[in-house]
Amino acid sequence: MSFADNDEDLYRAVILEHSAHPPHKGRMASPTHHDEGINPSCGDEIELFFRVEDDVIQEATFDGVGCSICLASASMLTRALRGKSVGEATDFYRAFKSWITVRDPEPSPIDLEELEALGGVRKYPVRLKCALLAWETFSGAMRNPSLCFDPKLN
Amino acid sequence: MSVAQQASSSASSLQQKVALDFPFLEGTVYLDSAATSQMPLQVRQTMSEHYSLGASNVHRGVYEWSERATDRFEDTRRKVATFINARSERECIFTAGTTDSMNQLAQSWGESNIQAGDSIVVTVMEHHSNLLPWTQLAERRGAEILWWTVDENGLLDMSQLDALLEKRPKLLAMTWASNVTGAINPLERIVPKFREQGTVVVLDGAQGVPHLPCDVQKLGIDFLAFSAHKMLGPTGIGVLWGREELLEAMPPPRFGGGMILSVRQGKVKWADLPQKFEGGTPNISGVHGLGAAIEYLQSVGMDEIRAHEVALNQYALKKLAKIEGLRVIGPTEPENRSGVVSFEMAGIHPHDLATILGREGVCVRAGHHCCQPLMRHWGCAGTTRASFYFYTTTDDIDALAKALEVAAKVFEGYR
Repeated sequence: MSFADNDEDLYRAVILEHSAHPPHKGRMASPTHHDEGINPSCGDEIELFFRVEDDVIQEATFDGVGCSICLASASMLTRALRGKSVGEATDFYRAFKSWITVRDPEPSPIDLEELEALGGVRKYPVRLKCALLAWETFSGAMRNPSLCFDPKLN
Repeated sequence: MSVAQQASSSASSLQQKVALDFPFLEGTVYLDSAATSQMPLQVRQTMSEHYSLGASNVHRGVYEWSERATDRFEDTRRKVATFINARSERECIFTAGTTDSMNQLAQSWGESNIQAGDSIVVTVMEHHSNLLPWTQLAERRGAEILWWTVDENGLLDMSQLDALLEKRPKLLAMTWASNVTGAINPLERIVPKFREQGTVVVLDGAQGVPHLPCDVQKLGIDFLAFSAHKMLGPTGIGVLWGREELLEAMPPPRFGGGMILSVRQGKVKWADLPQKFEGGTPNISGVHGLGAAIEYLQSVGMDEIRAHEVALNQYALKKLAKIEGLRVIGPTEPENRSGVVSFEMAGIHPHDLATILGREGVCVRAGHHCCQPLMRHWGCAGTTRASFYFYTTTDDIDALAKALEVAAKVFEGYR
């Protein structure tokens, strides 16, 4: 089996599209929540920025470098979590994580929308952490409100 | 027979040998020998005999099994000495590998020789294993690290040599060949100049000893470290070679059984070389395997291995140059490389590239290769690396080129 005859595998168009043209890539001037995640074995580095108001994620952006799986996952995250409450976003994170980390997943109780495109990563266990980096970073950011965050210091 | 006929007949006899002794290579394009090499039948058999004929500790028992284990163990030490042309096998210490060799050296020689205010030269192309032991030592002792950088082709910038010599460093820690670019350092132009003024020279031979004929006396270095698993042997075993007078003066970096002459309350006498550095029960079958690996390499011939890899470099550089958007990193001349070719594909991350190649049956390595300073020096997140050994063929390189075209197709329109 070759990627040449099976683009339904890992590198689906939606993944390549997100990775090549992420709609919400960029640094946020004054996020309420921020964290960075590093994958030392790959060199992937993702920073996430959130503006949370009244417990709702109003804005989400990311910045960083990484492989297409890592960047696509980060980009999908910024799209998927906008407009969700922190609780809904956390449920979404948990649902996605438990769905993607098992070999034969049950259908997710939460509609994972375009994130289901990342399911191909299951055949490549070493790439799983690429798909999860942004999500673990999200989890860290929600625990670490960056009230004093100054992007100039970064 | 003409020279060309001779060359082609020796190439085909090598291919026959490889087919017999590495049968599992059939059907896989293995281009990751700089990470770990494959193991021929003879090495596997020698290692398993340590257990299948009856295991025993070394240097202890007086029964036959122990004598066999000890004979093969010490025989390997003599083989190592011959292989690298050490003055005596007493200079050859078995360690767990290059990383372990460097850490022991930093602990032992480093702690007793590096003082506050001393300087240590390292190159920007060092693997973390020949970098972190020295930067951490410098931090502990208050010494200074001097970085030797490289040019755009990954070759050491020789214009920095005089300025570095002027600093009269205590130590030069450098690699024989870069594991990222394959660049071979011109030791003959470097080592004598540092040694003349008393700088101790530590050579990381992990990428050199498996691929280049080695003569430590001719190289003029003080210490050499290398790993068995990059030269047909098993993981978890390696060598630290040092000049006898330096090793004699060094304290043992760790303590245990088998490394003392006598222990009295309040007074310990260390064993002679090399046992002083080999406390604890060693990796016996690993050492036996290293011995068999050296024997195998000698049967192929280190000059032949080198010639084969230069020819592969030449073939690969030419072949890869034809691929659109691909940029080869490192020396332009095949002779300036060990068997390593690293490259970037515009718009395709190295990990995506390696995943697609892997799916096509081509095994390569992607990432920073434990060489973050070099990656940062070039402002590059990582590379994809194909690395060769004597069992690599031009067919393997053709398969690599074909798989790269597949990757280009997968990412078509998104680069």
